[in-house]
Amino acid sequence: MMNQYSNHCVDFNASHVLHRLYEIQHTERHISAESMTLVADEFKMSVSQVASVVSFYSFFYLEPVGRYHIQFSNCTSCGYQVGQLNLLEKICRLLSVVTGKTREDGWVSVGETSCTGMCDHGASMLINGMPLARLDDERITQISCLISEQKPLEQWPVEWFRVESSIQKHGLLLSETLQPGSSLKKVLVSAPQQILNHIIDSGLRGRGGAGFGTGKKWQFCRDATGEARYVVCNADEGEPGTFKDRVLLENNADALFEGMAICAYVIGAKKGYLYLRGEYRYLLGHLQNVLKRRYAKNLLGQSILEQAGFDFDIEIVVGAGAYICGEESALIESLEGKPGIPQIRPPFPVTHGYLGQPTVVNNVETFIAATHIAKNGSGWFKSMGTKESTGSKILSVSGDCRIPGVYEYPYGVSIQQVLDDCGADNVQAVQIGGPAGTMVARKDFSRQISFEDLSTGGSFLIFGENCDLLSVNQNFARFFAHESCGFCTPCRVGTSLLTNSLQKIMDGRATPLDIHEIKQLSALVKRYSHCGLGHTAANHILDSLQQFSERFEKRLTQKTFTPQIDLDAALAAARKMTGRDDADAHLE
Amino acid sequence: MANNEHTITIDGTEIHFKAGQTIMDAALSAKIYIPHLCHYPGLTPSGNCRLCVVELNGKDVTACTTQAQPGQQIRNQTPELNAARMAITQMLFVEGNHICPSCEKSGNCKLQAMGYYLGMRDEHYPQFNPRREMDASHPAVLLDRSRCILCDLCVRASREIDGKNVFAIAGRGIHAHLIVNTVSGKLGDSDIAVDDVAANICPVGAILIKEKGYVAPIGRRIYDQHMISDVAFDEHVPEHKEHGND
Amino acid sequence: MTDHKVKIATTSLAGCFGCHMSFLDMDEKLAILSEYIEFNRSPFTDVKHCEPSDIGLIEGGVCTAENVHVLREFRANCKILVAVGACAITGGVPAMRNYFDLRDCLEEAYLHGAGITNPQIPDDTELPLLLDKVYPVGDVVKIDYFLPGCPPPADAFLQLLLPLLDGKAPQMTGEKLHYD
Repeated sequence: MMNQYSNHCVDFNASHVLHRLYEIQHTERHISAESMTLVADEFKMSVSQVASVVSFYSFFYLEPVGRYHIQFSNCTSCGYQVGQLNLLEKICRLLSVVTGKTREDGWVSVGETSCTGMCDHGASMLINGMPLARLDDERITQISCLISEQKPLEQWPVEWFRVESSIQKHGLLLSETLQPGSSLKKVLVSAPQQILNHIIDSGLRGRGGAGFGTGKKWQFCRDATGEARYVVCNADEGEPGTFKDRVLLENNADALFEGMAICAYVIGAKKGYLYLRGEYRYLLGHLQNVLKRRYAKNLLGQSILEQAGFDFDIEIVVGAGAYICGEESALIESLEGKPGIPQIRPPFPVTHGYLGQPTVVNNVETFIAATHIAKNGSGWFKSMGTKESTGSKILSVSGDCRIPGVYEYPYGVSIQQVLDDCGADNVQAVQIGGPAGTMVARKDFSRQISFEDLSTGGSFLIFGENCDLLSVNQNFARFFAHESCGFCTPCRVGTSLLTNSLQKIMDGRATPLDIHEIKQLSALVKRYSHCGLGHTAANHILDSLQQFSERFEKRLTQKTFTPQIDLDAALAAARKMTGRDDADAHLE
Repeated sequence: MANNEHTITIDGTEIHFKAGQTIMDAALSAKIYIPHLCHYPGLTPSGNCRLCVVELNGKDVTACTTQAQPGQQIRNQTPELNAARMAITQMLFVEGNHICPSCEKSGNCKLQAMGYYLGMRDEHYPQFNPRREMDASHPAVLLDRSRCILCDLCVRASREIDGKNVFAIAGRGIHAHLIVNTVSGKLGDSDIAVDDVAANICPVGAILIKEKGYVAPIGRRIYDQHMISDVAFDEHVPEHKEHGND
Repeated sequence: MTDHKVKIATTSLAGCFGCHMSFLDMDEKLAILSEYIEFNRSPFTDVKHCEPSDIGLIEGGVCTAENVHVLREFRANCKILVAVGACAITGGVPAMRNYFDLRDCLEEAYLHGAGITNPQIPDDTELPLLLDKVYPVGDVVKIDYFLPGCPPPADAFLQLLLPLLDGKAPQMTGEKLHYD
């Protein structure tokens, strides 16, 4: 049977340990020691490996979460702080629940999570894993009422859960339409190396931000020796402020899967994986439907489009809340059912990837670009962009602007152009590439988005003149401390130390000495960490110190030295126990 | 005679290496010390402590995980690298609970010895004061997680040399911690034995053999008498043990 | 050496006076040293408050509000402030209480512990309040030099003091470091 599709591949099942653990988390609201033992048996894994996995991913819990489990995004764009209003505090108050602690009766728990990719929708939460965006004061009150009434989520207003595509500007890729299979058909008349040459000639570079030549990557993988080859799509966009992959997965899944199949044809892979971030689990049904359609049309499976020997299956693996899994070697670890710890490179995944075999890992946008290049030719792609950055870039624009959304531009577009288009006035700074990227001040808004100048995976965060940039730094620092995998010392310890140092500045207790310290610490974390997370985790602080030093200086005390700790607060516990409040019970 | 097909240069000294050796292997064979805590010759290198970062042709690499290649120019003993090593050592001190005067491992502790080697006089960073679980369930081996520096040596030694799988690291970021591969999570339910390499390889006082504290008097402990940089050359794990212990 | 005697103040905060004992361990060298130094506030003199001094030696970590006041007095009056010993530098053995809540420590000591009569948490205003944790002195004031050890050996004090008596910066390298 040519057109059969394999249930194993398409239906979401518990054949992957992350999926099995998700099932347990979903039904039992936590993963108990007994469950871990069970899973270890089922998957022939050691108990400790299962325990490592459970404790690594944010969406797995050792203690039961509430029947209504709320995770507020804490990103600067889709986070819970809306102006002066703290939505998280508000719902905690309304529901008499403490952050991070399940309410006594087991009904509610409220916590934070890293950016959920809803930055174009304002404040957002995941409730039992489902995105609920456009939150405001009123909606929070409504939500808390429904929870108090114990109304099942299925009976909540459907429109609350609607996620829009918000494409504001169609460029090279977004204006393309794809008849499913049309690109693949064109590909199959040529030899794989010929197709690869087109990709190389197009100058396509990885859209995740690092910008490695896609053709080169495919070539390396094709040339590597191995028993099998794999195609992996990195749909784990976790960089705060990025949401373009969400929109692409929603609207361009066919082009994405087609790109993966083209890659498989080129490198000789039989199996591909789409690694979908846990925050986008709600897209799973849609993606599976697209896969099913493609199997039905023989665009996947055995002898694709009747080409004997061209067999390729795609399976979706859903993550469980770990930014680091966007790093390709960590992603592969996660695919293999392990904690997402970045591996030592070299060897690179192109030679030693999934299960130790040659593997191509590319971004969603990269595969989609490949599909259209295969269809339209490299000249079409090269007609746009700059010398080193051919084609277009899809940006996720959010923050202080009137029209947030997805914008596609030819590479080389200036920051000012984007700001003009999205209705952003009086902008203080733009963060290009998310917290790991570059903070750009107003004087540099003529700089351009390109690999030659400002490279980005797509995050474009806008901070207006009323924004307290230091609180942005603090937000980013917390993000990195939360997402550090903990493997290496400088990142594991350093990101937490940086968070504490920034807090001291925020509290107005820091001295110029502390600024000197934070600079040194930032430089250390940047230089000595194991992977990209650590290498970039302090960039936002170094950028800010360089470009907005006055914001830091304004917060400093005139003293030459101040304590690391708030000494008066350190007496609070003793005051409470003794009931004392005399002068000697306080410290300056 | 010097055939640069098989030599690398560390701080101006040209040394030979054998094919397949890492920079660390080659340096140790040549009695050149590159500071390290998470590496132990004979175990698969990990690269987590980051103390052995050296400059290789201007790039920063961990000596323990980087293959020696002909002609490499390596800088190891530089003021910047040693300052960073001290900062990293201080980070390890403040991250855990390291109270040397009350620790059985004092004098034989590599973290301490690293501090001595680098001239560390204070911990510099504010302490984390973590609360980590102590496991005294095993009759002969004690696990005090508050001293663990997450070097992963016990994990690797157990798997690679002892032929068991007693330990693993779980948790993320600053919450990373050592776990035991038993249903109860207790060491007492594991098959670790007193003479396992995993029970003895801990560089700090996190895994201790019970009833053996303070054997050598002050003055006669390892790092009372030697610098860590001198002891490092004599280390190698025993060959893979025949399994089916006792 | 300078004409006037170098004024030294010393104190023990949350410490055991072991570092002071080690200082005295200089034995006969103390006699020579005493020609060049004089003590201000110190357990050796019973001077109650620190007056302007050249060198302050702090033993012990910061455990109570009173420790903070004493430490600040030293910092304000001493040109050079030295953290002496493991407790001053890291909190040391007293900081082992940092792994428990202060409430649990006090309740164990004054309410639930063995052999307690008339259980109550002391709340007399004469008593200094405890901080939530025991802190290294360097967390509270700026420290100029650190003299590690539990205690630092007598020679380490000499190595620190001799150059200072000559008005030179002490060379704090090369000696055998010990944290215990």
